[in-house]
Amino acid sequence: MSQKIVIEPVTRVEGHGKVTIHLNDAGQVEESRLHIVEFRGFERFVQGRPFWEAPVLVERLCGICPVSHHLAAAKAMDVIVGAGPGDGLTPTAEKMRRLMHYGQIFQSHALHFFHLASPDLLFGYDAPPEKRNVIAVAMENRELATQAVLMRRYGQEVIAATAGKKIHGTGAIPGGINKNLSVEERDRLLHGPGKMNADAMVSYAQGALEFLKAYYAKNKDFVDNFSKFPSNHLCLVGPGGALDLYHGVLRAVDPEGRRILHDVECQDYLAHIREEVRSWSYMKFPYLRHLGPEKGWYRVGPLARLNTVEYIPTPLAQEEFEYYRGLTGGKPHNACLHTHWARLIECLHAAEMIRTLLNDPDLQGTDLVVTGKREPEGIGIIEAPRGTLIHHYRVGANDQIEMANLIVSTTHNNEPMNRAVAGVARAMMNGAKKITEAMTNAVEVAIRAYDPCLSCATHAYGQMPLEITLLDAEGGVVDRVVR
Amino acid sequence: MRTLLYGYGNPGRQDDGIGVALVDELEAWAQSRGRQDITFERNYQLNAEDSWVASRHDLVVFVDASREQEDGFRLRPLEPAHRAAFSTHAMSPESVLALCRDLYGARPCARLLTVRGYSWEPNEAMTAAARGNLEAAKAYLLRVLEAPEDLLRTRSA
Repeated sequence: MSQKIVIEPVTRVEGHGKVTIHLNDAGQVEESRLHIVEFRGFERFVQGRPFWEAPVLVERLCGICPVSHHLAAAKAMDVIVGAGPGDGLTPTAEKMRRLMHYGQIFQSHALHFFHLASPDLLFGYDAPPEKRNVIAVAMENRELATQAVLMRRYGQEVIAATAGKKIHGTGAIPGGINKNLSVEERDRLLHGPGKMNADAMVSYAQGALEFLKAYYAKNKDFVDNFSKFPSNHLCLVGPGGALDLYHGVLRAVDPEGRRILHDVECQDYLAHIREEVRSWSYMKFPYLRHLGPEKGWYRVGPLARLNTVEYIPTPLAQEEFEYYRGLTGGKPHNACLHTHWARLIECLHAAEMIRTLLNDPDLQGTDLVVTGKREPEGIGIIEAPRGTLIHHYRVGANDQIEMANLIVSTTHNNEPMNRAVAGVARAMMNGAKKITEAMTNAVEVAIRAYDPCLSCATHAYGQMPLEITLLDAEGGVVDRVVR
Repeated sequence: MRTLLYGYGNPGRQDDGIGVALVDELEAWAQSRGRQDITFERNYQLNAEDSWVASRHDLVVFVDASREQEDGFRLRPLEPAHRAAFSTHAMSPESVLALCRDLYGARPCARLLTVRGYSWEPNEAMTAAARGNLEAAKAYLLRVLEAPEDLLRTRSA
């Protein structure tokens, strides 16, 4: 008799997801699905609102990465007010936004690695649940936890200084920014007392990478092979194929590293990216139009970015990047746990960028906003911590938003996350009669590597825990885990 | 003596923003009085880094909205306790205090002030009833902040 396994809720991710695994009559995994069951609604909420409200409205989407939504919307509105699609701002405005963004990347990557991923690395995915959390990490490795705390705090201080406040920042506005960085703010972030300064953050980010490399040395087979599958990879790239998390052109490569999307301007994304709807999920499935849904799906996020870019424009991160890429002879990494490694290289890059920007006197400039010819449509794309984030708006002659389409990082990663779940399910659940804790967490480890934000992906609101189910061939529930 | 007043919640979800609004208003009051001994913090949710902030204070008052308690507000003592949530994107105040103790060896006197809220829709406006509760809580906290050491003396209460 065939069976179905359901994992619900999935833990240590943001939002409510459900995993269903179908077993056939022989007890082999036949099909698995990551269902996103939250209500999608935010794109409708912003319709009818004045366009200049968008950057502060959309950051209400998410308490985890509000800065990314704030900046993506602001970039789209730059186009609307005639300030250009990414390169028309004043130096002060662009650099303040970049500083805000790198502060967000830094604190978000630190949160993900230390709080969500490191419990699995330190204790193993088969450890008891009460052990697999950041509190147990703190007990086991106090120095690591102390550094993680300060990294999070520092990133938030950067955000507060650039966005004006930690909650619902207002820093980015259509055409620019509404404040510069005072000398006092700069000096506090550059030379803060104790360990709350830019140099310490670079050092902590390097320490985190050393921790990961030591883990890799002991667990190479697991890291190299857990949830490994070939995919395309997509991200923004800067001039010369540089890693640029704030602005660039869209590029994609195939599993062998061959380019399949050739540096497309952000305003033209719709000609190249399509979204497929499937009946069992509120989250769409994006794909490259010219390859179709079967062959055109791709990954985004740290793994995809470091598979796509040609170099990192900061020296310490570049050194780490060269070592990392050398492991595969320069070919893309296609194992999902390498995402953590890529994330930490980006974390180091963010720390270096923050330090470099803080030393730039343009941040104290007073020319903050530019405007030009009003346009009816604008697209803003940014590399958010979890991957490529697209905001697309149409604005009427009355200045009200008529259409909004948001494609968030987790949505881009929908197909890869489903593939990851299927791979782990086949590896661990063939012939299963019952869902064990180790099985559940292995599925979650695969999903968690993408750091999915399911609330964002469906533009949901509400309080959502996560759920797993095991069904037989007739659809009967064999086992179910709810957290 | 250093006091930390920490409001958390989402001001974009009506009464969920009570904690943040209360801290905003009390910060304005403190600035008008030249009070340098009080730190004001606010965020969407608590997280591990807040243990570092808490460790640098003698008295910590967390302020949050509540959908379950009776009308008005409620103050209760907090003790450190590790509580793993399904998503560690957010932490309980007890867990923050536990990390504060375990990472920094600090045990500030801590209270949780919860204020009754009624509506949680995606909207900025707080309900009138929640505003009334906020005012009552604010009046109470203003008395506390006049002499915060009094609250320290009731630590075991």
